[in-house]
Amino acid sequence: MNFRILKNNLFKWLVVVLSTVSIVPLVLILAQIFKNGASSVSFGFLVHLPKPPGETGGGISNAIVGTALLILIASVIAVPLGVLAGLFLAEYGKSRFAAVVRFVVNILQGVPSIVIGITAYLWIVVPMGHFSAVSGGVALAVMMLPVIVKSTEETLKLVPYSIREASLSLGANYTRTIMKVVLPAGLAGILSGVLIGIARIAGETAPLLFTAFGNPFMTYNVVKPMNSLPLLIFNYAMSPYPEWHRLAWGASFILVAFVLFMNLYSSHSFFL
Amino acid sequence: MMLSFNSDRLFKTAMFVSGGIVLAVVIGILASLIVHSSQALRELGLGFLVSSTWNPVVGKFGAVPFVIGTLLTSFTALAVSLPFSLAISLFLGEYFREGRLSKVLNYMTDLLSGIPSVIFGFWGLLFLVPLMRKAELALNVPPYGVGILTASLVLAVMIIPFTSSIGREVIRLVPQDLKEAAYSLGATRFEVVKNVIIPSARSGIAAGILLSLGRALGETMAVTMVIGNSNFIPRSIFAPGNTMASVIANEFTEATENLYLSSIIEIGLLLFVITAVINYLGVIIMKKLSFEK
Repeated sequence: MNFRILKNNLFKWLVVVLSTVSIVPLVLILAQIFKNGASSVSFGFLVHLPKPPGETGGGISNAIVGTALLILIASVIAVPLGVLAGLFLAEYGKSRFAAVVRFVVNILQGVPSIVIGITAYLWIVVPMGHFSAVSGGVALAVMMLPVIVKSTEETLKLVPYSIREASLSLGANYTRTIMKVVLPAGLAGILSGVLIGIARIAGETAPLLFTAFGNPFMTYNVVKPMNSLPLLIFNYAMSPYPEWHRLAWGASFILVAFVLFMNLYSSHSFFL
Repeated sequence: MMLSFNSDRLFKTAMFVSGGIVLAVVIGILASLIVHSSQALRELGLGFLVSSTWNPVVGKFGAVPFVIGTLLTSFTALAVSLPFSLAISLFLGEYFREGRLSKVLNYMTDLLSGIPSVIFGFWGLLFLVPLMRKAELALNVPPYGVGILTASLVLAVMIIPFTSSIGREVIRLVPQDLKEAAYSLGATRFEVVKNVIIPSARSGIAAGILLSLGRALGETMAVTMVIGNSNFIPRSIFAPGNTMASVIANEFTEATENLYLSSIIEIGLLLFVITAVINYLGVIIMKKLSFEK
């Protein structure tokens, strides 16, 4: 009897200890990013370009601008398409075509990001003849798409049928009912899906390796190669220069702060 | 009146078309991979899957080192992470379902899943690699620092949030009356966990493991940064290697020759097919579960 109780208590402690141990890496990572990253972040860091190795100072302005533009391109493509497709799944979810679409959305969500990078390379970089921000944006849009489709479908399924009937009974047509009643009712969920999608792509490196490619200079031209925060972290982390490591830590700090902020913002929907 | 009728039709068409575009994107990905790897598929045939020599200089392309590297890192990562993710699942799904402790842990695993993989790689490179080098010196094996084991450890940390969030959900789904019946027979909580909760959440946990496996197989950046990038079959778990994803990341832009590029794209195709099958199985199991509840 005592032995059973002992085993019971031991197991509970095992669960607690293992759970605690598994957050140690997180604490270590966040501590390192904070220690090495926060110190290098300053106003100049945000508005200056990276310096060549050997020179101190320099910033990551081109990567910040690049990440913002890449997210913008991806969102412009993925948000309307994803919301409409999610709406389609919510409205015509029982049809066979919808079942196929739902199936491929699940597949798409699991496709490794590097494979999406290859595809964007084949679709856009090869015909254009050079790397470009647009191709990176398309790759990121493909990654964002399943997140938005799924969150839109799940949110809209929860909108009660009665409010839609109320709208139809007032004489509003189908389009009006969807646009003015159903979508606004699900707006919070859809927006949180968009934010989660942005958080997912903001830190993606692999799909950008052969598309946006990276660029040590500032550019706003979306048909030219462009830098981004994750690409800069990758390139500078793999370099042997401590000064570039410092830039990578600073960029990590900004990227993690942004991604975590987006995740928290969406899951707790402070503003909705 | 006529106008509103038309706008409805237009709107519905737009919905169907968007669904069609999503379908076309996925078919397009598969089709592009097949078309652009056709040269390797044709010229190398099965040799691609059974040859262990990858030497672009002499035009030999065998994917075996990368398949082995991928399997080794993924399954080592799963094995390492499983006790931890199961513990978190039980912590959040059974022992501390509510309250501050569970909120903190929940929040922490959410944070962990949000950290970009390139940052895991950077951290692995500057923190884990020197640590591994010390451990390898102590163990009297060649002190590479980078290698299969280092990559597996980074991967293990990365997949813990996935396995545990699914595990938590399925453990919460275990019906209360089953547990109460076991308690009423005098079972301790450990016995309830062992004989009731784990068996009835088994298929859900399996789905969680499958989905994490799918993620581990395709993970690129963190692995590329710490695996050492060697194109030979790893001799031991400490040796450097390459996974399918990391060899694509490393060599894609170097591939100037047609057959070389085509072979790399075939690795991508292989990766696509494997992860698609694994994810499909995982989703099917999850769907069955949600019917049961």
